[in-house]
Amino acid sequence: MTAHLPILMAIIPLLVGMAAPLLVLLSAPLARGVVLLAALATLGCSAATLIRVLDAGRAWHYYLAGWPPPWGIEYVIDPLSGVMTTLVSFFALAALIYAGPYLEARRALEKGTFYALFLLTVGGLMGMCVTGDLFNLFVFLEICSLAAYALIAAGGRRSLVAALRYLIIGSVAASMYLLGIGYLYVMTGSLNMADVATLLPPLLDSPAGILAVVLIAAGLAIKVALFPLHGWLPDTYSYTPAPVLGFIAAVMTKVSAYALYRIFYFVAEAAGPVSATLEVLGWLAAAGILFGSIMAIAQRDFWRMLAYSSVGQVAYIILGLAIGNSLALIGAVLHIISHAVVKGLLFFIAGSIKWQTGTRRIADFAGLARQMPLTMGIFLVAAMSMIGVPPLIGFFGKWYLVLGSIEAGAWGFVAVLIISTLLTAVYFFRVIERVYELDKLRPEIEYGSEAQGLPSETSETAGRPLRVRPGTGGRLELPATMLVPVILLGVSVILLGIYNELLVTNVIQYALPWRLP
Amino acid sequence: MFDGVVAYYLTGYTNWWLIAILLLIGFWGIVTQQNLLKKVMALNVMQVAVILFFLNAGQKAGTTLGVLRASEKVGDVSAYVNPLPHALMLTAIVVALAITGVALALLLRVYRSYGTLEEPEVFRRMQQQ
Amino acid sequence: MNTEALLSNVPLLVVSVSAVAAGLILLLNRPGLSARRRNVRDLVGVVAALGKFALVLTMLPPVLAGGVVESAPLYIAKDIAFYFRVDAFGLLFALLSSSLWVIVSVYSLGYMRSLRYGHEAGFYAAFALSLSAAAGIAMAGNLLTFFVFFEILTIATYPLIVHRRNKEAVYGGREYMVYLLIAGQLLLIAVAWTHFLAPGVGFTPGGFLAETGASTLALQVLFVLFILGVGVKAAIIPLHGWLPTAMVAPTPVSALLHAVAVVKAGAFGVVRVTGFVFGPELLWALGAGLILACFAAVTIIFASLKALSENHLKRRIAYSTVSQLSYIVLGAALASPAALVGAMFHIVAHGYMKITLFMCAGAIYATAHKEYVSQLDGIGRKMPYTMGAFAVAALAITGMPFFAGFVSKWNLGVGAVEAGLPIFIAVLIGSAVLNVGYFFPVVFQAYFGRCLEPETHAVAAAAEPAVPAAATAHHNHPGGHAGQEGHEDQGEARPLMLYPLLVTAAAAFLFGVVPNFGMHFLELAEIAAREVTQGGLWSVGGGVSR
Repeated sequence: MTAHLPILMAIIPLLVGMAAPLLVLLSAPLARGVVLLAALATLGCSAATLIRVLDAGRAWHYYLAGWPPPWGIEYVIDPLSGVMTTLVSFFALAALIYAGPYLEARRALEKGTFYALFLLTVGGLMGMCVTGDLFNLFVFLEICSLAAYALIAAGGRRSLVAALRYLIIGSVAASMYLLGIGYLYVMTGSLNMADVATLLPPLLDSPAGILAVVLIAAGLAIKVALFPLHGWLPDTYSYTPAPVLGFIAAVMTKVSAYALYRIFYFVAEAAGPVSATLEVLGWLAAAGILFGSIMAIAQRDFWRMLAYSSVGQVAYIILGLAIGNSLALIGAVLHIISHAVVKGLLFFIAGSIKWQTGTRRIADFAGLARQMPLTMGIFLVAAMSMIGVPPLIGFFGKWYLVLGSIEAGAWGFVAVLIISTLLTAVYFFRVIERVYELDKLRPEIEYGSEAQGLPSETSETAGRPLRVRPGTGGRLELPATMLVPVILLGVSVILLGIYNELLVTNVIQYALPWRLP
Repeated sequence: MFDGVVAYYLTGYTNWWLIAILLLIGFWGIVTQQNLLKKVMALNVMQVAVILFFLNAGQKAGTTLGVLRASEKVGDVSAYVNPLPHALMLTAIVVALAITGVALALLLRVYRSYGTLEEPEVFRRMQQQ
Repeated sequence: MNTEALLSNVPLLVVSVSAVAAGLILLLNRPGLSARRRNVRDLVGVVAALGKFALVLTMLPPVLAGGVVESAPLYIAKDIAFYFRVDAFGLLFALLSSSLWVIVSVYSLGYMRSLRYGHEAGFYAAFALSLSAAAGIAMAGNLLTFFVFFEILTIATYPLIVHRRNKEAVYGGREYMVYLLIAGQLLLIAVAWTHFLAPGVGFTPGGFLAETGASTLALQVLFVLFILGVGVKAAIIPLHGWLPTAMVAPTPVSALLHAVAVVKAGAFGVVRVTGFVFGPELLWALGAGLILACFAAVTIIFASLKALSENHLKRRIAYSTVSQLSYIVLGAALASPAALVGAMFHIVAHGYMKITLFMCAGAIYATAHKEYVSQLDGIGRKMPYTMGAFAVAALAITGMPFFAGFVSKWNLGVGAVEAGLPIFIAVLIGSAVLNVGYFFPVVFQAYFGRCLEPETHAVAAAAEPAVPAAATAHHNHPGGHAGQEGHEDQGEARPLMLYPLLVTAAAAFLFGVVPNFGMHFLELAEIAAREVTQGGLWSVGGGVSR
């Protein structure tokens, strides 16, 4: 069994996802139990694989159906992909736990569909992280994207259009990526990542090579929502239902960034057209960081603010990739982890606020700290991490990026990083001021016409009364299944920050490419 | 001489030119068309172009399909077209199909919700609510 | 230079005690708490303060003997350890902040209960966390640890500034954050750059940047970044704008944090940067020492001038703080042995003196609800002990012999001569004169001005009194104006507020006479100054030719 862990990680979510609608017809709690168990099993597999790879000191190559590469499809687990799979499966579990209250009132078919689509997304993402074959990456990319499009579309009428736009843009991106690897195939005759890595270097500086690199970069940059190709992200994040959003915002763009990292540093080498492309990406990332932060300041809707914040924050990762020295790459990977945890947490909190009070506008948040003190306390921690206050995890991602920029002499990037920290502080402090003010809560907050539940939009949202609980006094401020992931992630932010060095020296350091410029 | 180079690139690479034109038609359609269904159709065209790219890459002059009859044994590989792109593209076609399916489902719901498939009109009706 | 390092967990405990206390206070908080439970919750802060002070005291003997107390490094980033290294200078600051926390936590009980602001739990918790951060800053062994606690201090003090939650407080908080966050980010660049130049090196007496071989221009830019980073907290002009605005905070905050913890953290940072990162030789080689000294001098004079025209009592004291902090910066910039002793001792002396002044101002506000200097006529008769303490502290700040301020001023003067720049003595004297100008009228008016009743007597009599007159007035007071308490509904401040400020006033006097009383502050300063300047320009035969 343990010999097949790499494939199990991707297969379990896919299989259980397909079985979920049938299980739901039998019994909804059974289905939920099985689904949670599957997520837990996936997490277990990921963690076990990561530990095994770290112990062994070299990557784990798993040949699908025993066919050796380059004829067969190969799955490769090295510390980098191990980190990504653990991250994805952890968030899958957290989001599934968090989604409990949202799903309770749904019809059986809707529940089943949700589980199926969600697990398909998870399976696709896991596959993307472990695969060692370029075309296989495309297939899993499309699997997770499609399931995500459908999940997003379940959020009500407005999300339909957003999902459609995302679908079109995402498919264009995937086609560009496919074309890119087509060129790579034509040049090298192989689709296996390791194989291409050995065959590619002499061929890279040709028109075909340049085109391949540019196409792959463009395709993945769209999926990463790099400025100026970020247009799909704010609308999509604004209208997705909360549990889905917490998961997608946390991991989807990161996995595409991981794919970019993988291809540019492990398959190709950072020379010639790749380094030129990375330089362009770096400047676009710098612009994106500033753009995202400035736009976030201008938002009145909390979810949209977080969406633009994501545009800026994911650009940090691309910035790290662009700078390219080992410190910056460590910073990029650390920021992948840090942003996933913090942004997932923030979106969970945003969902919780909407769940409790029905509002998404920052102006309505006045006095929220009295109603939900624990959640808002955790929000404070998350905001501080995103601003970059040590010793939280967000600071250390920035620290390595700043160090890497100084080492590379890229003082412009240092300035961008610093300015964006201050801009982030502006838009978070706005919310903090609002939340901790002592104004009375506005009495009757109407629910907006946009429903934020799953499939049906005419369900019980209209009937849920505004809960105003003055103090804790024994009753929890949120349903327990929503509170637990929030608390867990909040604690992780602190712990990961303090112990980030362990993470860096034991794991991330081995996630660096073996040939650096 | 100029004629020679141009003619060489035009005629020797005809297939590629056609694929490129198809790709650009698809991309153009996505960007400029207002009707959502037409966008999806253009997306399809673009995906087909990419698929043709792969298939074209696997072509070899004077070869036959990469299908082995039961009575034959694998002889000289150079008599057959490269089958790998075909296999890959089967997958890609299925993916494109799935995308089209989801897109059509979404289009259906958009039509039911807003009564139109013209993008500006859809946005206008969205703002009104 | 035998510095034997004593490995111990005490530094970590010191920081943790108050952090844990903060957590406890938050956890013990429920709305609608009974009075008894509230007392328990508030006492947690006081107990934690006492515990912390006791822990810090245990580190005194080894450090006095010339060693340092280190904690095991916890690697917090690649190649950088997060560790504490308590040398003489760090212990000085740690003792100051922890001893004053004990006093202020008692004081704030009285103050907050008088004014009944509400949501006190958050207040005490943030207070405790800020003290944690201050202790961390004091004991930090390298720049990154220092930076971590520096930022935590910024964040932890924000809720304290906006505590009143009115518009003024919120805007004040915003200005505070703008200044301090920008400074923090500039400091981040400086710390990262230093790490790049000299990876893994901690604070070294005498500096370590000279050996890195970086260009002069780079080092100058680096110095500017550092000073901008720490100088905002140290309120060097023109970076001082946040301090008067921060006076919207309740007085315990102003007293401890903006007289002692936050601003002293900045000044502490300046001394660390000049003495332990750059070092005296490099400082003067870059020309940075002279420029910094000039900025400090400008700050000293201008802030005092602004204090003269300021009518709001706390803001006047705030400008005085700005001015006094630059004594420390001046000493750090001059970087001669005596100047450093003066600077380091002034961190302590000014802490005690200023905290007395703030606590008096707060007691006056809480008891008689007067905020402005013009309202203070005759209040000395109603609150004789409070104003007495105020007078003692004012005398001390001016630099009267036998008071704490004199010790540091004297050393600074000697240091200026040692550094070959006796002009700065003029600055010190000028500042002393200005101090008299803005504090003594307050004292005089308080005791001899017409009472606050509708009798609007001419208060122009509050011209600059002759110094001997005020001194004799002060000496006459204990026997004279007793028995005025209980007059009308006000009267002397509550005991919880009164006793702490009497203690610190007494300390302001005591440290002037016996500078090493109890906590050996002067000795610590001397040890530290010796470490920094050893083996440098002053290693042989004193005096410098530049």
